[in-house]
Amino acid sequence: MGSQYKEIAKKALWTDNPVIRQILGICSALAVTNLVSNTLVMGLGVAFVTAFSSFTVSVLRNIIPIRVRMMVQTLIIAFYVILVDILLKAFYPDMSRALGPYVGLIITNCIIMGRCEAFAQSNKPVISFYDGLMSGLGYTLVLTAIAVVRELLGFGTIFGLRILGDWWVPWTIMVMAPSAFFVLASIIWVTKTFALKKEKTAGQKVIRGVQASGN
Amino acid sequence: MEISPFLIFFASIFTSNILLTNFLGMCSYLSISKDLKSALGLGEAVIFVMSVTSVLNYLVYKYILIPFDLDYLRFIIFIIVIAAFVQLVEMILERFMPRLYYTLGIFLPLITVNCAILGVALFLVIREYNLLQSLAYGAGGGIGWTLAILALAGIRQKVDESKVPKGLQGPGFAMIVTGIMALAFIGFSGIISIQ
Repeated sequence: MGSQYKEIAKKALWTDNPVIRQILGICSALAVTNLVSNTLVMGLGVAFVTAFSSFTVSVLRNIIPIRVRMMVQTLIIAFYVILVDILLKAFYPDMSRALGPYVGLIITNCIIMGRCEAFAQSNKPVISFYDGLMSGLGYTLVLTAIAVVRELLGFGTIFGLRILGDWWVPWTIMVMAPSAFFVLASIIWVTKTFALKKEKTAGQKVIRGVQASGN
Repeated sequence: MEISPFLIFFASIFTSNILLTNFLGMCSYLSISKDLKSALGLGEAVIFVMSVTSVLNYLVYKYILIPFDLDYLRFIIFIIVIAAFVQLVEMILERFMPRLYYTLGIFLPLITVNCAILGVALFLVIREYNLLQSLAYGAGGGIGWTLAILALAGIRQKVDESKVPKGLQGPGFAMIVTGIMALAFIGFSGIISIQ
């Protein structure tokens, strides 16, 4: 049982990361990543919604009729998103204004629906909760990486603290939309090359193993 | 000062393109942009659904949610309006225009989960547009989205044969192209701004 949990964490955070490996949830991934603090709040919001909607879907999985399950799942997700929205408005009104419509757009984030469909629909509640949480954290991880690059180069700060001194000339492009595409593309490029290399060496090992046994 | 609907229409196509500046509707944008024909089909469906649902959502918000103080339910209501409208269009098309249904039909379900549609509805509320402005924003947003996906599909078809580093193939490459397109669209931004 323990190994199953480990496997899920590894998959969600790295080998099957929802953003860089499955290219899901890109919209919000790009829009909020110009400041690290915004990104963290957004990421944790998504992790919260993914975890609890996976849990709820899993609890109700034998009750929901198959034909209307999409609609029910959407409503469950929307319910948690409203919770996040209200909490943000109540405790961090500035943050809520900065994120604008993107909090509401968590509903259409394909990661959440994807986890409900692919995992929670056929698994027990606790492990579904864990799976959703890990997927959400995998998403947060990539977003934070993008945000660190963008905020550091765009403002010379991280979390609003000055890291690079006065000599630093901020790259205005990092604050604007196109840079998000470039940074995410570079991250995908690097990780994919890495994964391909790994697959290749693994494949060679298998071939060598076969040859060795043949001899 | 109130922005005229015409300006909003123009701006939402070029200067504040919903895809290139607000990053909405990326999922279907990346996955359906492999050939021009299906990109156009999806684009047409998006323009139609976005124009109508922006008006519907505006009416629902103004005349149902506000008077009954149900503002906080808007996420759920907007999603339901969009899903119901898409379902309705699908049924009408199937019944009366079967030929159009076969070309457009496969794209309709995709639209329900297209975040650009929901995004437009949420922006309407935040920016406090009136009815005409909403219509202009919805139609312009749809056309802008279609423009972007058509451009990407065209470029992808052209560079299909060229050698791209293995790790960059597919989504990575599409994203870099999109980034360059977004840079080009920034060139328009001096003309008008609605944000």
